[in-house]
Amino acid sequence: MKKNNAKAYWKENIRYVLILLFIWFIASFGAGILFKDYLNEFKIGGFKLGFWFAQQGSMYVFVVLIFIYVRLMNKLDKKYGYDV
Amino acid sequence: MDMMFSLLLKGIGVQNWTYLLVGITFTMYIGIAIWTRASSTKEFYVAGGGVSPLANGMATAADWMSAASFISMAGIISFAGYDGAVYLMGWTGGYVLLALLLAPYLRKFGKFTVPDFIGDRYYSNTARLVAVVCALLVSFTYVAGQMRGVGLVFSRFLEVDINTGVIIGMIIVLFYAVLGGMKGITYTQVAQYCVLIFAFMVPAIFISIQITGNPIPQLGFGGQLADGSGTYLLDKLDGLSTDLGFAEYTEGSKSLIDVFSITLALMVGTAGLPHVIVRFFTVKRVKDARKSAGIALLLIVILYTTAPAVAVFARTNMIETVSNKPYVSVPDWFKKWEATGLIKFTDKNEDGLIQYLANEVKNELVVDNDIMVLANPEIAKLPDWVIALVAAGALAAALSTAAGLLLVISASVSHDLIKKMINPNISEKGELIAARLSAVAAVFVAGYFGINPPGFVAATVALAFGLAAASFFPAIILGIFYKKMNKEGAITGMIVGISFMLYYMTKFKFGWFGGGTKADWWFGISPEGFGTVAMILNFIVSIIIMKFTKEPPKSVQDIVENIRIPVDAGEATH
Repeated sequence: MKKNNAKAYWKENIRYVLILLFIWFIASFGAGILFKDYLNEFKIGGFKLGFWFAQQGSMYVFVVLIFIYVRLMNKLDKKYGYDV
Repeated sequence: MDMMFSLLLKGIGVQNWTYLLVGITFTMYIGIAIWTRASSTKEFYVAGGGVSPLANGMATAADWMSAASFISMAGIISFAGYDGAVYLMGWTGGYVLLALLLAPYLRKFGKFTVPDFIGDRYYSNTARLVAVVCALLVSFTYVAGQMRGVGLVFSRFLEVDINTGVIIGMIIVLFYAVLGGMKGITYTQVAQYCVLIFAFMVPAIFISIQITGNPIPQLGFGGQLADGSGTYLLDKLDGLSTDLGFAEYTEGSKSLIDVFSITLALMVGTAGLPHVIVRFFTVKRVKDARKSAGIALLLIVILYTTAPAVAVFARTNMIETVSNKPYVSVPDWFKKWEATGLIKFTDKNEDGLIQYLANEVKNELVVDNDIMVLANPEIAKLPDWVIALVAAGALAAALSTAAGLLLVISASVSHDLIKKMINPNISEKGELIAARLSAVAAVFVAGYFGINPPGFVAATVALAFGLAAASFFPAIILGIFYKKMNKEGAITGMIVGISFMLYYMTKFKFGWFGGGTKADWWFGISPEGFGTVAMILNFIVSIIIMKFTKEPPKSVQDIVENIRIPVDAGEATH
């Protein structure tokens, strides 16, 4: 029982990690590098959007992603009785 | 009354302000070191293992942000424009990898060092030795730059000899790293974070208000100029840049694949740096490791999102102040920094005006990257105490990183080499003495390199990231996420990864193995970005070798299952 529990916990954890890393990739390598030229056609204030993602936005996304992960994992730990 | 006060402040002068602020902060660091000195190996290596997530987050941020982040980064971005994003994304994005893929599991594993993990997970002292060599190589290349940074700041702001500056820095670090170990370092780093972030933000906020009227630099640099013209600052800088023949500031000039590779190499390298990873061994629980990674990144991003704003302000200010202006009427700061050799002006066409141009033949002005942060307060005519504050902040950044690196070096020697390989019967007391002695030795080696810097310091910092990316990152990731990964695979992978990285770096940076130019780069990837290729090679080689060799023993596979579960993290042990 305990072993199955551990497997299910690990599976859910991996799913969270993959989803969050996908967003991590899109915000930095996607918006800041690969699609930069396209996004630069849009502006917010004085920022071209691609440039903003490369030098500002991606970093904000990184911080938010870690705190979302912290929250998700704290919940998951509770669900499986792993929070101590 | 007010006037008298401001007269008094003026009378103190930059130099005395610097002595005052540096004196106060140094006294504080030493006081903290005495108060938190380590009395056991556990306190020496991992601060006793009970550091709160907030304190660890602050310490990690100070540990991470070096003289390079504080002094050089904004300047580099200022000259590189869009391309500077590789450092911004590269040196922050790695924390997402750390928080999601490494920190919680390594904390659960509960040992003192990164080679500890590699050695135990891959049930092999060969693996441990390879990890120790990598850790020493990475940390020494890094620490030499820090000591040099300390010396430079002293020499520029207090007009002492660079070498005297290095020696003062050595004594301070010696004092609190040797006495306090990780415990002393942790709490001095907390104080150093406060000093460095305050010192970085104050001038940035002042200048943002001056140029754009917005006190928040992150918004100011996307805002309109304060002169009421309605022009956006970035549009103006794009215009100034193209007028002088440079690429548009917001465009950059590196190739797509190179930007991609450098960013990834820096991210993965960041996640693989031993002095950053060990910080997560100091918290109590697995959930604290995750949380402190988030706090650390938040605190780092405050500086990292301000740096590109400072870069834009400083570049605009500089171009406007000097471009096409007569040399005889340049402001004081220009002459002062000219004396240090960081600004060089040669009046090639002898018209008495300063021509700052992209065209190297016609360009008359060479400005060092570091000027942008160090001279920025003077260029913007900020008060003396702000200029002095920048000196104290730069010292905090350099010292905190140096101390963290020295601890990794001393733990690699006393714990990984002596305790785990040479003399396993060494007593707790003996190991603590060995740890202190290796810290002393490490300070002297670092000081030596600070005084006699190898010409390749700048190049080797990139090498440190490349090496960490090529060696530790794949070995740790596979160790956690791939239960069947065995010692044969991991050791071969690390050796192949490092060898390719060293080969590529030395070939293109130092001209070994026949050298080569940009045209010879593999796939158009620069040495800075090659860590990405070496890392991928490591992964592939590890997996192929694993397929043809014996799977790891049951006991090791059980360890892997165990580190995936966050309960019973226990305390860090030998």
